[in-house]
Amino acid sequence: MANALVTVPSTARRGEIIEIKTLVSHNMETGYRRTDRGASIPRDIVRLFVCTYNGVEIFSAELHPAISANPYFAFSTVATESGTIEFQWKGDNGFAVSSSARITVT
Amino acid sequence: MIRKTTRRKFLAEAALLAAAAGLPSGASAQATSNLLRGTEKDMLAAITRFTGAKAVTKGRVRLDVPPLVDNGNTVAISVAVESPMSETDHVKAVGIFSERNPEPVILVCKLGPRAGHANVATRVRLADTQTLVAVAQMSDGTFWSGSAPTVVTIASCLEDI
Repeated sequence: MANALVTVPSTARRGEIIEIKTLVSHNMETGYRRTDRGASIPRDIVRLFVCTYNGVEIFSAELHPAISANPYFAFSTVATESGTIEFQWKGDNGFAVSSSARITVT
Repeated sequence: MIRKTTRRKFLAEAALLAAAAGLPSGASAQATSNLLRGTEKDMLAAITRFTGAKAVTKGRVRLDVPPLVDNGNTVAISVAVESPMSETDHVKAVGIFSERNPEPVILVCKLGPRAGHANVATRVRLADTQTLVAVAQMSDGTFWSGSAPTVVTIASCLEDI
């Protein structure tokens, strides 16, 4: 149902700063909108995004309704060792998506 | 015999009908939209909560927001903090705050020495023409801020389905 897209370079030199881009498919319903009949549409957003590198947290974000639909983040990290970079999104109504990428550090 | 209806009479009757039907008049619609707008005071209160009432110095933080936004639903913004990002001197957290959105906090993110450099980009919703503020918490406990003004032509948050 929900999809995540992550961009991580597959190889990097040790100590190099790499850029990570992530996108997750989600409406991010603010809770401020109403239907044409005036009924309030309940809030349904992604609340938390966490990125870990071989199990160690390197970036996290607390999301609010002001984040656009399909939350996008671009950040960086130092390529320290080969391994897995994991991404997790958690939100309202049990929303949970994870994704991972392999990186080879030479 | 045909009853004559003047334009003035027709308008008065139409207004009465609209009021009876409970349609929102211009004034009440305006009041609703004002309720959903934050103020500078709300934003400053949110920044105080983020910093724990510590002093915030201007500088070291660059917030990039397009000066003119056509569509407030998706605005690409980025924050860059001047920091060596070493074990002893790095950015711990960055908060982005809005003056006029219904909620003053846009995003709070945590980073550390492993980030390499303190750059974060995302996409946000903006409800009105306003100034955004980014505040960075350093590992030595100080807080630094940068701001950027923007003009928004189509607001986010308030549209109906």
